[in-house]
Amino acid sequence: MPKDGGIGASTLRREDIRFLTGKGRYTADINLRGQAFACFLRSEVAHGRIRSIDTSAAEEMPGVLAVMTGEDFTEVGGNPTGWLVQSRDGATMKEPKRPVLAHGKVRHVGDAYALVVAETYEQAKDACEAIEADIEELPAIVDMAAAVADTTNRVHDECDDNVVFDWGWIEENRAAVDAAFETAPHVTTLELVNNRLSPNAMEPRASIGDFDSGTGDYKLYTTSQNPHLTRLLISAFVMGIPENKLTVIAPDVGGGFGSKIYHYGEEAAVLAASKRLDRPVKWVCDRSEAFLSDAHGRDHVTKIQLATDMEGNFLAVRTETLANMGAYLSNFATCTPTFLHGTLMAGPYKTPHVYVNVKAVMTNTVPVDAYRGAGRPEATYSLERVIDKAADELGIDPWEIRRKNFIDPDQFPYTTPVGLVYDTGNYHATMDKLRELSDVAGFEARATESAAKGKLRGFGLSTWIEACGIAPSNLVGVLGCRVGLYDAATIRVNATGNISVLVGAHSHGQGHETVFAQLIAEKLGVDAKSVEIVHGDTSKIPFGMGTYGSRSLAVCGSAMMKAADKIIDKGKKIAAHMLEAAEGDIEFNDGSFSVAGTDRQKSFAEIAFSAYVPHNYPLETLEPGLEETAFYDPANFTYPAGAYGCEVEVDPETGGVDIVRFTCADDFGNVINPMIVAGQVHGGVAQGIGQALLEGVVYNEDGQLLTGSYMDYAMPRADDVPNFTVDHSCVTPCTHNPLGAKGCGEAGAIGTPPAVVNAVIDALHRAGHRHITHIDMPLTPSRVWTAMHG
Amino acid sequence: MHDFELVKPASVAEAVAALGAEGAQALSGGQTLLPSMKQRLAAPERLVSLGDIAEMKGVCLGDRGLAVGGATPHAVVAREAKAHYPALAWLAGEIGDPSVRARGTIGGSLANNDPAACYPAAALGSGATIVTDRREIAADAFFQGLFTTALEEGEIITSVHFPIPEKAAYMKFAQPASRFALVGVFVAKFADGVRVAITGAGEDGVFRWTEAEAALGADFRPEAVEGLALSAGGMLGDMHGAPAYRANLVKVLTRRAVAAA
Repeated sequence: MPKDGGIGASTLRREDIRFLTGKGRYTADINLRGQAFACFLRSEVAHGRIRSIDTSAAEEMPGVLAVMTGEDFTEVGGNPTGWLVQSRDGATMKEPKRPVLAHGKVRHVGDAYALVVAETYEQAKDACEAIEADIEELPAIVDMAAAVADTTNRVHDECDDNVVFDWGWIEENRAAVDAAFETAPHVTTLELVNNRLSPNAMEPRASIGDFDSGTGDYKLYTTSQNPHLTRLLISAFVMGIPENKLTVIAPDVGGGFGSKIYHYGEEAAVLAASKRLDRPVKWVCDRSEAFLSDAHGRDHVTKIQLATDMEGNFLAVRTETLANMGAYLSNFATCTPTFLHGTLMAGPYKTPHVYVNVKAVMTNTVPVDAYRGAGRPEATYSLERVIDKAADELGIDPWEIRRKNFIDPDQFPYTTPVGLVYDTGNYHATMDKLRELSDVAGFEARATESAAKGKLRGFGLSTWIEACGIAPSNLVGVLGCRVGLYDAATIRVNATGNISVLVGAHSHGQGHETVFAQLIAEKLGVDAKSVEIVHGDTSKIPFGMGTYGSRSLAVCGSAMMKAADKIIDKGKKIAAHMLEAAEGDIEFNDGSFSVAGTDRQKSFAEIAFSAYVPHNYPLETLEPGLEETAFYDPANFTYPAGAYGCEVEVDPETGGVDIVRFTCADDFGNVINPMIVAGQVHGGVAQGIGQALLEGVVYNEDGQLLTGSYMDYAMPRADDVPNFTVDHSCVTPCTHNPLGAKGCGEAGAIGTPPAVVNAVIDALHRAGHRHITHIDMPLTPSRVWTAMHG
Repeated sequence: MHDFELVKPASVAEAVAALGAEGAQALSGGQTLLPSMKQRLAAPERLVSLGDIAEMKGVCLGDRGLAVGGATPHAVVAREAKAHYPALAWLAGEIGDPSVRARGTIGGSLANNDPAACYPAAALGSGATIVTDRREIAADAFFQGLFTTALEEGEIITSVHFPIPEKAAYMKFAQPASRFALVGVFVAKFADGVRVAITGAGEDGVFRWTEAEAALGADFRPEAVEGLALSAGGMLGDMHGAPAYRANLVKVLTRRAVAAA
């Protein structure tokens, strides 16, 4: 039995009390004295040259305080990319400048090229409509293949073509991979699209810039997943504001899914406007604007080939991908299709030869960046789809072909041919668990029931693995990352024994305030209710890298453990003095410092009090106070993995797909709060179902966004998803972090899409539509019906 | 949203007078108009709310079938028409979501004549009569193309009279994002014939599938439409479904509606 409020307990989320009673405090809820409102004027054309912008009429409008354009930001830097990727030929990638406001050209529908600040939101909106811009429309670059082929029409004129890099991973292995294909008894080829997604966090982005002319200090309240990273980008690259003069506060944030990792131009713009006006300037994105300006996700066009022998043993994998970057390089756009995608192309399999080629392409579309799973869903989807196709071609059971190629439990640590070292795992165990929970034996009876209703039933399987808990800083540095990827925590034990934990991770729905308190409660033997988690304010917390990539527990949680160890070490010194014993004889157990083998002890609270009221204290050798900080830089990625099973019913008359069973068997390493983990998986699976069946950003050939609202962009609703069976009882603890934790946030979004698509294809095959080998996501009723009848 | 004046007349006569002003626009449930205004796609200077006009609200059974007041919200029709005209009540109960059904009205829906709306199929499929402040218009003459009706400037739908069929059913296949009808089929069997009205599919909005009406008039069974070939010509095509897909759905849903009626 887990300790109440400790590790392993399904403690209810303490933050939900404020979220569910309307007491959450999001950026849009913050109103500063004297604040003015900003609205951005956004391009209505996908590609155009700005000839002139006449702001004179707008400036005369009621309530207008300032109108700014790209001209006002020519002296500041561009928003940089966080990862420099090298091409196969050794050349460093192109890095076109991303200005705060579009300057010279507009490059996608929604590209902001002017800003109006007024006394009210409506006045700013009205004045935006009064700005007269003369924009010469240029042919839109939308299709990636065309963008690669045409070097005369370029998104960024300063680049000589639209290809940012042409990456080979691992280039030295290419010849061996090609040789393996030449001699392989069987090659399966699949061309597929990983559909572009719009993130749609429940809370749209918002930012308030607040410049204090008395001190010269700036404050930015913003919807960020990583306030320190935002501060670093603004300080070091964009605006040059010294870090000690800029505070970034990310208060309650209503979901991010990656889209709030990045620094956006609106943040720099409200800071600059606030300085100019000496007033706080607030911007709140509306939903239509979010579709046009939040970084999108995915958008790969891939050809994958799997070489096997006739028994289904994997011999080699080879992929060619075009990855859409959109119109500007968002902060982590370049690492998503490369080091978060190519490195995962071995999956949980012992394929000896793997080679991945990715061309990153600029187009006149919204920038694309990491979105829940980031690269790993794309890798998993390609691999798990081609495996099912190969199994079908070879007449091998989908379970069997996977099982015979799994890395076996005794092979860890396992070095993959794409540069990762998996520390631990047991892929057979999760697949066995899935098989048990999926009631495979009952499938035929269920299929008969479906047939009686005129429906086609199918089962789809996928396995997944990801590299998360990102990441060893020295390794990512070698690979081109421009930041470190440690995290940090400060444990501040107060004089009366309660505890504030200041963490670099940021919670925007994950439940850190609950889970981190559980960790500390367990580690220090205190009541979880006496532990408060502080996050999101750079003036309070140590420099941390924020939350994304399922890293909070594995990385920041580990920093907390390190800091807690320091607290215990110091507590032992204090206890040794108070108990007149040797430090080596002091034991710490369940919140109590005791002399080994005796009943002499001091409670955690007594030690804390003594540290701050040091009357009986070893002052000559020990500082007062009980506060410790630790930074934790992981030794390796963590490698959660699992197996997912999906059962669908297809209506052959309409093409409609219903998911009727969905089962997940995951290995997340050690789990702190099973309820929160289940919730993370539920959400991830819902997003995966969204990608597989419903969601897809569509541009027309002019670069106009056709899915610019919920009228055409289909988000999953409650009735689109089934009841899930979620299991995380298979545990191989991570070997290199103190918690043995791996991470669970992205799992569902990674493992789900191939399971769903495999299930639909299986249903169609069982019904005799054997010619259908693939349907691109989203598998809308229309697409499925057209595949069957078109 | 731009500023506007809000007028709340208490009678149809007052409403008609208020709508005579320059830049005036009738506001019923506002489920289309208000989002358009918020997006600054519409900017009427004066909104004449029909929500407080008691004579335009409610559902009652009369000599001419079921009369539904023009300002009656979908949720009320779903509840109060159930005993008299279950197919109509079911259709109303499937429009949008609870908040849309609480605000949106039958008059607003018919006057807007969105090509994917449900009510036009019910009105045309029932052979309803649309009653306005100045005349009565047969459903067959009312719908005149996408977002276009026989209504004149400032004309208000005060009520809709639905003849009650012997059997009827509505089948809707939802567009995945909006959940409007990608295709909706309303089938109604009367003593003197069958009416089949299709929404969501036609390039010109709601229409009657007369071949199916004839076939079902002779033999009101799902199989009766089996042999009919519905051309994809004239069907809407968009990212949610090509014309051929919509033509297929029309046939599938017609069959299902007949089976359910």
